[in-house]
Amino acid sequence: MHSKPTNIDRNYLVDYTLHLADSSLIMGHRLSEWTGHGPMLEQDIAISNIALDLIGQARNFYQYAADIENSKNTEKKVTEDDLAYLRDTFEFKNLLITELPNGDWAQTIGKMFFFSAWQFYFYQKLIYSSDKQVSAIAEKSLKEVTYHVKWSGDWVMRLGDGTEESRERMDAAIDYLWPYTGEMFVPAQFELNHEQQVTIDVRSIKKNWLDKVKGVLAEATLTVPEDAWMQSGSKKGVHTEHLGYILAEMQYMQRTYPGLEW
Amino acid sequence: MDPQKEEPLWEVFIRSRQGLEHKHAGSLHAADAQMAIENARDVYTRRMEGVSIWVVESKYIHSTNPDEAESFFEPANDKIYRHPTFYDLPDELKYM
Repeated sequence: MHSKPTNIDRNYLVDYTLHLADSSLIMGHRLSEWTGHGPMLEQDIAISNIALDLIGQARNFYQYAADIENSKNTEKKVTEDDLAYLRDTFEFKNLLITELPNGDWAQTIGKMFFFSAWQFYFYQKLIYSSDKQVSAIAEKSLKEVTYHVKWSGDWVMRLGDGTEESRERMDAAIDYLWPYTGEMFVPAQFELNHEQQVTIDVRSIKKNWLDKVKGVLAEATLTVPEDAWMQSGSKKGVHTEHLGYILAEMQYMQRTYPGLEW
Repeated sequence: MDPQKEEPLWEVFIRSRQGLEHKHAGSLHAADAQMAIENARDVYTRRMEGVSIWVVESKYIHSTNPDEAESFFEPANDKIYRHPTFYDLPDELKYM
Protein backbone atom coordinates (compact mmCIF):
# COMPACT_ATOMS: atom_id res chain seq x y z
CA MET A 1 0.00 0.00 0.00
CA HIS A 2 1.48 3.29 -1.08
CA SER A 3 0.41 6.87 -0.47
CA LYS A 4 -2.90 7.93 -1.92
CA PRO A 5 -3.04 9.89 -5.20
CA THR A 6 -3.36 13.59 -4.62
CA ASN A 7 -5.63 14.58 -7.45
CA ILE A 8 -8.74 14.18 -5.29
CA ASP A 9 -11.06 17.14 -5.56
CA ARG A 10 -11.11 18.80 -2.15
CA ASN A 11 -13.25 21.65 -1.04
CA TYR A 12 -11.84 24.53 0.95
CA LEU A 13 -12.84 23.22 4.36
CA VAL A 14 -10.62 20.17 4.08
CA ASP A 15 -7.67 22.36 3.08
CA TYR A 16 -8.46 24.72 5.93
CA THR A 17 -8.56 22.04 8.60
CA LEU A 18 -5.44 20.42 7.16
CA HIS A 19 -3.62 23.77 7.32
CA LEU A 20 -4.49 24.04 11.01
CA ALA A 21 -3.78 20.37 11.73
CA ASP A 22 -0.44 20.38 9.90
CA SER A 23 0.74 23.53 11.68
CA SER A 24 -0.03 22.09 15.11
CA LEU A 25 1.42 18.68 14.23
CA ILE A 26 4.73 19.95 12.89
CA MET A 27 5.21 22.43 15.73
CA GLY A 28 4.32 19.71 18.25
CA HIS A 29 6.76 17.35 16.60
CA ARG A 30 9.58 19.90 16.68
CA LEU A 31 8.96 20.71 20.35
CA SER A 32 8.97 17.01 21.21
CA GLU A 33 12.57 16.87 19.94
CA TRP A 34 13.48 18.52 23.28
CA THR A 35 12.03 15.65 25.30
CA GLY A 36 14.83 14.25 27.43
CA HIS A 37 17.13 17.10 26.39
CA GLY A 38 15.56 20.08 28.15
CA PRO A 39 17.86 22.45 30.03
CA MET A 40 16.10 21.75 33.32
CA LEU A 41 13.70 19.03 34.44
CA GLU A 42 10.75 21.39 34.79
CA GLN A 43 11.30 22.88 31.33
CA ASP A 44 11.67 19.44 29.76
CA ILE A 45 8.28 18.48 31.18
CA ALA A 46 6.71 21.82 30.25
CA ILE A 47 7.78 21.74 26.61
CA SER A 48 6.80 18.09 26.26
CA ASN A 49 3.36 18.90 27.66
CA ILE A 50 3.00 21.73 25.19
CA ALA A 51 4.00 19.41 22.35
CA LEU A 52 1.31 16.99 23.49
CA ASP A 53 -1.28 19.77 23.59
CA LEU A 54 -0.44 20.67 19.99
CA ILE A 55 -0.58 17.08 18.77
CA GLY A 56 -3.97 16.78 20.45
CA GLN A 57 -5.17 19.80 18.52
CA ALA A 58 -3.78 18.33 15.32
CA ARG A 59 -5.67 15.10 15.93
CA ASN A 60 -8.95 16.95 16.36
CA PHE A 61 -8.50 18.75 13.06
CA TYR A 62 -7.27 15.64 11.21
CA GLN A 63 -10.25 13.63 12.45
CA TYR A 64 -12.61 16.32 11.19
CA ALA A 65 -10.80 16.55 7.84
CA ALA A 66 -11.08 12.77 7.49
CA ASP A 67 -14.81 12.92 8.28
CA ILE A 68 -15.38 15.54 5.60
CA GLU A 69 -13.35 13.59 3.04
CA ASN A 70 -15.17 10.36 3.83
CA SER A 71 -18.58 11.97 3.58
CA LYS A 72 -17.80 12.79 -0.03
CA ASN A 73 -16.04 9.56 -1.06
CA THR A 74 -17.93 6.32 -1.35
CA GLU A 75 -14.78 4.29 -2.03
CA LYS A 76 -11.67 4.22 0.17
CA LYS A 77 -12.06 5.84 3.55
CA VAL A 78 -9.20 7.89 5.03
CA THR A 79 -8.26 8.08 8.69
CA GLU A 80 -6.47 10.78 10.68
CA ASP A 81 -3.36 8.60 10.48
CA ASP A 82 -3.48 8.49 6.67
CA LEU A 83 -3.58 12.28 6.59
CA ALA A 84 -0.70 12.68 9.03
CA TYR A 85 1.57 9.88 7.87
CA LEU A 86 0.97 9.36 4.16
CA ARG A 87 0.99 12.86 2.69
CA ASP A 88 4.17 14.25 1.16
CA THR A 89 5.78 17.64 1.73
CA PHE A 90 4.02 19.39 -1.13
CA GLU A 91 0.66 18.41 0.37
CA PHE A 92 1.45 19.77 3.81
CA LYS A 93 0.12 23.23 4.62
CA ASN A 94 1.82 23.97 7.93
CA LEU A 95 3.19 27.47 8.43
CA LEU A 96 6.90 27.60 7.59
CA ILE A 97 7.83 28.78 11.08
CA THR A 98 6.71 25.44 12.52
CA GLU A 99 9.22 23.41 10.51
CA LEU A 100 12.31 25.50 11.29
CA PRO A 101 15.00 23.79 13.36
CA ASN A 102 14.87 24.14 17.13
CA GLY A 103 18.35 25.59 17.39
CA ASP A 104 19.10 26.65 20.93
CA TRP A 105 16.52 27.23 23.67
CA ALA A 106 16.09 30.86 22.61
CA GLN A 107 15.27 29.93 19.03
CA THR A 108 12.73 27.34 20.16
CA ILE A 109 11.15 29.82 22.57
CA GLY A 110 11.02 32.47 19.86
CA LYS A 111 9.33 30.06 17.44
CA MET A 112 6.85 28.99 20.09
CA PHE A 113 6.03 32.53 21.13
CA PHE A 114 5.40 33.83 17.61
CA PHE A 115 3.34 30.77 16.71
CA SER A 116 1.31 30.61 19.95
CA ALA A 117 0.47 34.29 19.76
CA TRP A 118 -0.80 33.73 16.20
CA GLN A 119 -2.83 30.73 17.36
CA PHE A 120 -4.25 32.73 20.27
CA TYR A 121 -5.78 35.50 18.16
CA PHE A 122 -6.69 33.02 15.44
CA TYR A 123 -8.64 30.68 17.74
CA GLN A 124 -10.17 33.61 19.58
CA LYS A 125 -11.93 34.54 16.34
CA LEU A 126 -12.39 30.98 15.10
CA ILE A 127 -14.69 30.26 18.07
CA TYR A 128 -17.31 32.25 16.14
CA SER A 129 -17.04 30.08 13.04
CA SER A 130 -20.39 28.99 11.71
CA ASP A 131 -19.06 25.43 11.53
CA LYS A 132 -19.84 23.85 14.91
CA GLN A 133 -16.99 21.36 14.91
CA VAL A 134 -14.39 23.95 13.96
CA SER A 135 -15.75 26.26 16.63
CA ALA A 136 -15.62 23.53 19.28
CA ILE A 137 -12.01 22.62 18.46
CA ALA A 138 -11.08 26.29 18.58
CA GLU A 139 -12.68 26.74 21.98
CA LYS A 140 -10.84 23.80 23.52
CA SER A 141 -7.55 24.76 21.90
CA LEU A 142 -7.79 28.37 23.02
CA LYS A 143 -7.46 27.40 26.69
CA GLU A 144 -4.28 25.45 25.98
CA VAL A 145 -2.83 28.14 23.73
CA THR A 146 -3.50 30.84 26.33
CA TYR A 147 -1.01 29.09 28.60
CA HIS A 148 1.45 28.51 25.75
CA VAL A 149 1.58 32.24 25.02
CA LYS A 150 2.11 33.07 28.69
CA TRP A 151 4.78 30.41 29.19
CA SER A 152 6.77 31.24 26.07
CA GLY A 153 6.33 35.00 26.52
CA ASP A 154 7.72 34.76 30.06
CA TRP A 155 10.75 32.92 28.68
CA VAL A 156 11.29 35.59 26.01
CA MET A 157 11.42 38.12 28.83
CA ARG A 158 13.76 36.02 30.98
CA LEU A 159 16.17 35.54 28.11
CA GLY A 160 15.95 39.03 26.66
CA ASP A 161 16.25 40.80 30.00
CA GLY A 162 18.73 38.26 31.34
CA THR A 163 22.45 37.90 30.90
CA GLU A 164 24.47 39.25 28.01
CA GLU A 165 24.63 35.82 26.46
CA SER A 166 20.92 35.13 26.81
CA ARG A 167 20.07 38.48 25.26
CA GLU A 168 22.39 37.85 22.30
CA ARG A 169 20.83 34.47 21.69
CA MET A 170 17.25 35.77 21.99
CA ASP A 171 18.09 38.65 19.68
CA ALA A 172 19.62 36.31 17.11
CA ALA A 173 16.57 34.05 17.34
CA ILE A 174 14.16 36.89 16.67
CA ASP A 175 16.15 38.10 13.68
CA TYR A 176 16.25 34.56 12.27
CA LEU A 177 12.52 33.97 12.77
CA TRP A 178 11.10 37.34 11.73
CA PRO A 179 11.03 36.66 7.94
CA TYR A 180 8.77 33.68 8.64
CA THR A 181 6.10 35.66 10.46
CA GLY A 182 4.69 37.55 7.50
CA GLU A 183 2.90 34.63 5.88
CA MET A 184 0.85 34.07 9.05
CA PHE A 185 -1.31 37.00 7.96
CA VAL A 186 -1.54 36.39 4.22
CA PRO A 187 -4.66 34.38 3.42
CA ALA A 188 -4.63 31.46 1.03
CA GLN A 189 -7.38 30.82 -1.47
CA PHE A 190 -9.03 28.31 0.87
CA GLU A 191 -9.33 30.93 3.62
CA LEU A 192 -11.23 33.49 1.60
CA ASN A 193 -14.78 32.12 1.65
CA HIS A 194 -15.94 34.60 4.23
CA GLU A 195 -19.58 34.72 3.17
CA GLN A 196 -20.02 31.30 4.71
CA GLN A 197 -18.37 32.57 7.90
CA VAL A 198 -16.52 29.33 8.51
CA THR A 199 -12.99 30.67 8.08
CA ILE A 200 -11.53 33.80 9.62
CA ASP A 201 -9.67 36.64 7.93
CA VAL A 202 -6.06 36.34 9.08
CA ARG A 203 -5.37 39.90 7.97
CA SER A 204 -7.64 41.07 10.78
CA ILE A 205 -5.47 39.59 13.55
CA LYS A 206 -2.16 41.01 12.37
CA LYS A 207 -2.42 44.16 14.47
CA ASN A 208 -3.31 42.18 17.62
CA TRP A 209 -0.34 39.93 17.04
CA LEU A 210 2.05 42.82 16.43
CA ASP A 211 0.87 44.66 19.54
CA LYS A 212 1.32 41.56 21.66
CA VAL A 213 4.75 40.76 20.24
CA LYS A 214 5.99 44.33 20.49
CA GLY A 215 4.77 44.53 24.08
CA VAL A 216 6.60 41.41 25.15
CA LEU A 217 9.78 42.32 23.25
CA ALA A 218 9.75 45.77 24.82
CA GLU A 219 9.50 44.30 28.29
CA ALA A 220 12.30 41.92 27.36
CA THR A 221 14.35 44.99 26.33
CA LEU A 222 14.70 43.55 22.83
CA THR A 223 14.32 45.37 19.53
CA VAL A 224 11.65 44.54 16.99
CA PRO A 225 13.19 43.78 13.59
CA GLU A 226 12.48 46.13 10.71
CA ASP A 227 9.94 44.81 8.24
CA ALA A 228 11.75 43.25 5.33
CA TRP A 229 11.09 40.56 2.80
CA MET A 230 8.91 37.75 4.14
CA GLN A 231 9.13 34.04 3.30
CA SER A 232 5.96 32.41 2.03
CA GLY A 233 4.50 29.47 0.18
CA SER A 234 3.54 27.01 2.90
CA LYS A 235 -0.19 27.22 2.25
CA LYS A 236 0.49 26.16 -1.34
CA GLY A 237 2.69 23.27 -0.24
CA VAL A 238 5.97 25.06 -0.93
CA HIS A 239 8.25 24.42 2.03
CA THR A 240 11.79 24.86 3.29
CA GLU A 241 14.30 22.05 3.02
CA HIS A 242 13.55 21.13 6.65
CA LEU A 243 10.10 19.62 6.18
CA GLY A 244 11.37 16.72 4.10
CA TYR A 245 13.61 15.53 6.92
CA ILE A 246 10.87 15.92 9.51
CA LEU A 247 8.42 13.84 7.48
CA ALA A 248 11.06 11.25 6.63
CA GLU A 249 11.58 10.64 10.34
CA MET A 250 7.95 11.03 11.39
CA GLN A 251 6.44 8.92 8.61
CA TYR A 252 9.12 6.26 8.36
CA MET A 253 7.37 3.59 10.42
CA GLN A 254 3.96 3.85 8.79
CA ARG A 255 5.41 3.90 5.29
CA THR A 256 7.75 0.95 5.93
CA TYR A 257 5.21 -1.14 7.82
CA PRO A 258 1.84 -0.02 6.44
CA GLY A 259 -1.02 -0.49 8.87
CA LEU A 260 1.39 -0.95 11.78
CA GLU A 261 -0.23 -0.76 15.19
CA TRP A 262 1.26 -0.81 18.68
CA MET B 1 27.17 31.44 38.60
CA ASP B 2 26.01 29.36 41.53
CA PRO B 3 22.87 27.44 40.55
CA GLN B 4 21.84 27.09 44.19
CA LYS B 5 21.65 30.84 44.59
CA GLU B 6 20.17 31.60 41.15
CA GLU B 7 17.52 28.90 41.23
CA PRO B 8 16.43 28.29 44.82
CA LEU B 9 14.31 25.37 45.90
CA TRP B 10 10.58 25.88 46.36
CA GLU B 11 7.98 23.76 48.13
CA VAL B 12 4.72 23.27 46.25
CA PHE B 13 1.27 22.92 47.80
CA ILE B 14 -1.79 22.01 45.73
CA ARG B 15 -5.48 22.19 46.57
CA SER B 16 -7.60 19.66 44.77
CA ARG B 17 -10.96 20.54 43.24
CA GLN B 18 -12.84 18.94 46.14
CA GLY B 19 -10.33 19.85 48.81
CA LEU B 20 -10.30 22.57 51.41
CA GLU B 21 -6.61 22.74 52.16
CA HIS B 22 -3.43 22.91 50.08
CA LYS B 23 -1.46 19.69 50.43
CA HIS B 24 2.27 19.39 49.99
CA ALA B 25 2.91 17.95 46.51
CA GLY B 26 6.67 18.19 46.13
CA SER B 27 9.42 20.63 45.37
CA LEU B 28 11.16 22.21 42.38
CA HIS B 29 13.77 24.77 41.40
CA ALA B 30 12.91 28.17 39.92
CA ALA B 31 14.43 31.63 39.71
CA ASP B 32 11.41 33.52 41.07
CA ALA B 33 7.85 33.05 42.29
CA GLN B 34 6.19 33.40 38.90
CA MET B 35 8.48 30.80 37.37
CA ALA B 36 7.92 28.54 40.39
CA ILE B 37 4.17 28.72 39.89
CA GLU B 38 4.44 27.95 36.16
CA ASN B 39 6.80 25.06 36.85
CA ALA B 40 4.46 23.73 39.55
CA ARG B 41 1.56 23.91 37.11
CA ASP B 42 3.56 21.98 34.50
CA VAL B 43 5.01 19.37 36.84
CA TYR B 44 2.33 18.84 39.50
CA THR B 45 -1.02 19.50 37.84
CA ARG B 46 -0.66 17.50 34.63
CA ARG B 47 -3.33 15.04 35.64
CA MET B 48 -5.80 17.52 37.10
CA GLU B 49 -4.38 17.10 40.58
CA GLY B 50 -5.52 20.54 41.60
CA VAL B 51 -7.08 23.93 40.99
CA SER B 52 -4.91 26.11 43.22
CA ILE B 53 -1.16 26.30 43.77
CA TRP B 54 0.90 27.78 46.59
CA VAL B 55 4.67 28.01 46.32
CA VAL B 56 7.00 28.91 49.16
CA GLU B 57 10.76 29.13 49.05
CA SER B 58 11.99 26.17 51.05
CA LYS B 59 14.21 28.38 53.18
CA TYR B 60 11.13 30.08 54.63
CA ILE B 61 9.68 26.84 55.93
CA HIS B 62 10.72 26.14 59.49
CA SER B 63 10.06 22.74 60.97
CA THR B 64 10.37 20.84 64.22
CA ASN B 65 13.53 18.95 64.99
CA PRO B 66 12.99 15.15 64.90
CA ASP B 67 15.30 14.84 67.91
CA GLU B 68 12.87 16.95 69.91
CA ALA B 69 9.81 14.99 68.75
CA GLU B 70 9.54 13.04 71.99
CA SER B 71 9.37 16.01 74.31
CA PHE B 72 7.29 18.03 71.85
CA PHE B 73 4.55 15.52 71.11
CA GLU B 74 4.57 12.52 73.50
CA PRO B 75 3.03 14.37 76.50
CA ALA B 76 -0.15 15.02 74.54
CA ASN B 77 -0.65 11.31 74.02
CA ASP B 78 -2.32 10.39 77.31
CA LYS B 79 -4.35 13.44 78.30
CA ILE B 80 -7.86 12.32 77.45
CA TYR B 81 -9.38 15.22 79.38
CA ARG B 82 -8.33 17.46 76.47
CA HIS B 83 -10.71 15.66 74.13
CA PRO B 84 -14.36 16.79 74.00
CA THR B 85 -15.73 13.26 74.52
CA PHE B 86 -17.42 13.45 77.97
CA TYR B 87 -20.58 15.28 77.01
CA ASP B 88 -23.96 13.53 76.93
CA LEU B 89 -25.37 14.54 73.60
CA PRO B 90 -29.14 14.73 73.21
CA ASP B 91 -30.61 12.37 70.62
CA GLU B 92 -31.18 15.21 68.17
CA LEU B 93 -27.40 15.74 67.98
CA LYS B 94 -26.56 12.06 67.76
CA TYR B 95 -24.65 12.48 64.51
CA MET B 96 -22.45 15.34 65.62
